[in-house]
Amino acid sequence: METKDKKWIVGQGSHIYFPQDTSKIMFQVILALLPASAMAVYVFGFDALKVLLIGVISAVAVEALIQKYLMKTPVTIGDYSAALTGLLLALNLPAGSPWWMVCIGSLIAIGIGKLAYGGLGQNPFNPALVGRVALLIGFPALMTDWSVTGGYLAELYRKIPAEALTTATPLGFIKAYSGSNFTADLVAYFNSYSINLKTLFIGTTSGSIGEVSELALLLGALYLIYKKVLNWEIPAAFIGTVGVIAMAAYYLKPQAMLLPHYHLFSGGLFLGALFMATDMVTSPFTFRGRIVFGIGCGVLTMLIRLYGGYPEGVSFAILLMNIFVPIIDIYIKPKRFGV
Amino acid sequence: MAFGLKTFSRGGIHVDDRKYSHESAIEKIPAPKTVVIPISQHIGAPAKAVVTKDQAVKIGQIIAEKSGFISANVLSPVSGVVKAVEARMTPTGFKQDCIVIENDMKDEYFEAFTAVAPSAEVIEKLDVSGAVKAVEKAGIVGMGGAAFPTSVKLSPPPDVKIDTVILNGVECEPYLTADARIMIEDAEKIVAGLALIMKIFSKNGPVKGYIGIEANKPDSIQKMSEAASKYKDIEVVSLALKYPQGGEKQLINAIVGRDVPSGKLPSAVGCVVQNVATAASIYDAAVNNRPLIERVVTVTGMGVKKQKNLLVRFGTMFTELIDYCGGVTDDAAMLICGGPMMGKALQTSEVPVTKAVSGILVLTQNEANLYEEAPCIRCGRCVDVCPMGLQPGMINKVIDAGDYDKLEELSLLDCIECGSCNYICAGHERLVQKIKIGKVKLQEILKARKEKEAQLKKEDKK
Repeated sequence: METKDKKWIVGQGSHIYFPQDTSKIMFQVILALLPASAMAVYVFGFDALKVLLIGVISAVAVEALIQKYLMKTPVTIGDYSAALTGLLLALNLPAGSPWWMVCIGSLIAIGIGKLAYGGLGQNPFNPALVGRVALLIGFPALMTDWSVTGGYLAELYRKIPAEALTTATPLGFIKAYSGSNFTADLVAYFNSYSINLKTLFIGTTSGSIGEVSELALLLGALYLIYKKVLNWEIPAAFIGTVGVIAMAAYYLKPQAMLLPHYHLFSGGLFLGALFMATDMVTSPFTFRGRIVFGIGCGVLTMLIRLYGGYPEGVSFAILLMNIFVPIIDIYIKPKRFGV
Repeated sequence: MAFGLKTFSRGGIHVDDRKYSHESAIEKIPAPKTVVIPISQHIGAPAKAVVTKDQAVKIGQIIAEKSGFISANVLSPVSGVVKAVEARMTPTGFKQDCIVIENDMKDEYFEAFTAVAPSAEVIEKLDVSGAVKAVEKAGIVGMGGAAFPTSVKLSPPPDVKIDTVILNGVECEPYLTADARIMIEDAEKIVAGLALIMKIFSKNGPVKGYIGIEANKPDSIQKMSEAASKYKDIEVVSLALKYPQGGEKQLINAIVGRDVPSGKLPSAVGCVVQNVATAASIYDAAVNNRPLIERVVTVTGMGVKKQKNLLVRFGTMFTELIDYCGGVTDDAAMLICGGPMMGKALQTSEVPVTKAVSGILVLTQNEANLYEEAPCIRCGRCVDVCPMGLQPGMINKVIDAGDYDKLEELSLLDCIECGSCNYICAGHERLVQKIKIGKVKLQEILKARKEKEAQLKKEDKK
């Protein structure tokens, strides 16, 4: 065709774009969670794989069905955000979670946590955490049942049955016996016992399937930070704050407090700080805002762990800080040029 | 990127520079049979047409006179006969009054001109008292894209003291290479132009000159440094690659570390910034009495067969330039006047080259942002990259909600519309477009408030 007669597409600038858009961001986060997922399957066996698959499939199905039949809006499962929510939810569950509980979690996460607010970008709370906390409140026994039927742990427990006791979450034990005469003994036991830093860090211990291996989580997160998908401010502030408070608590009362590395590596801190608190939709806009958010998450986590009714506070801390995001965004603004 | 190069301090993006046409030497293309000259090619009041149909004109003859303080003359780029004064499509995307001239191909000039070669001695001997007038007569405007009348920039209010003149050779828009080529091929003239501008301001005290060039143009830096070495007080500054370094405020910040206050002009911090091509035109006008009738235009993008830098008479149709470069490819999708970041998408190539057209960009389907807008996922990248420290995502939400009262505290009048937020947006949201709408709304609010205050004052006096 003659140049003269060509009808050109008209659009608003800029006319070129940064290739890393929403679906690519979501997809890369899913990729970055694969090491942790693989570790889950290694440690917990087929059960973990089942939970992961049901989590992802049910979340995607819930989003598609609600959008198609209830909301009658375009189905947006192609942006991978539902799959990511499902995966994150599954990683936050015990290996023995029954299939129907995972499905209920997905329904709450996607249906109430995300779509009820208007879909992607509109939700104030991290959807996967909404799902997890709903299950934690609704099915407390199932959500803290750390029994395993396969994988590395089952093998370990068969060989050394004592491990079944000690590798179950130390934070949970301390909370369960808090105030009793056993506390000091338990603390002394954990603090002297050889569940060392390395074991906790690599993740051949018990817990939610995705939280055990800090190594695998860090690998994924470093990839995302390198790709500039993830910010480092929130994890650094979050984990740093937990570390500082745990250390202060330990040195103030060493006979009643677990060693700081239990607080850092034996719970859901890394999964929460690296992949849940950093959820773009539910964290602040600005650098300084993200630092404040991270510190807030850290303080709340430790308050809940040390004084609250639950052994683990990461999920609640992040959800509570989610509430403050709009306020943080109003009061902490970027530094303007020439002002 | 070499470590330790200067750059601006806040925000900015790293874009693949795609300078495909960098090696292609400037080619002069023949003047067309007909030129179409818009009477408004600059920021400010449109010029007033002073020719009528069938009138004979010569090269450099003023065909539309500046009208108002911020305005610029429009000159005939060819000799020939005026065929019409009528509304035609222009690169602004709108129809504007244009003077259509049929070229008689004789290239007769209206006034005699000289061809004094640029050198330090020429500038030293030159009486610059008439220079600003010459620049005004020649119809020179900023050639970097904003097209602000240059004579206005060269005559600041008497209480303003200028101690720094910065030449903008950054050309931070991806794809464009016109300025880079001019710096390679015409360095002496550009530097002489800078010395001339410095001399204009030196009556109030010493003036230092800088030429800012990004490090992706080592050959431009070398040629300009050679030329600059013959002058005192002129320094070529090699800058790290970062967009939008060519923004006036960003460039001043990068080179001399001064921050132009919000709502103020560069002169508030003693600086004047001129584009390199403008400096060369200033030299030609003030020394040689040559009118501004042509400019270098980069024709580029993967959608055009050959990427070139062309020396073009004003009024030449985009179509002719594109066809001179072998025409468009089958997957060509978008036609942009200017660079990909701040340029304007056009519906048709039947628009003329004006003083502000630095590039014609033909983007293929793969290159162009043809995505639909998707929801904001609050990734915050727009805030990170904004060189003015604004919150584009927040502004977007406020405008979507029609909450215009909140716009003032979001300081969106500071926005330089560089498009960095737009480029980085994960949802492909057209943030600049939204901000432009917001600016109009905010200005309406501010105007209404001012009127109300004036009204109240009046009533108080009664």
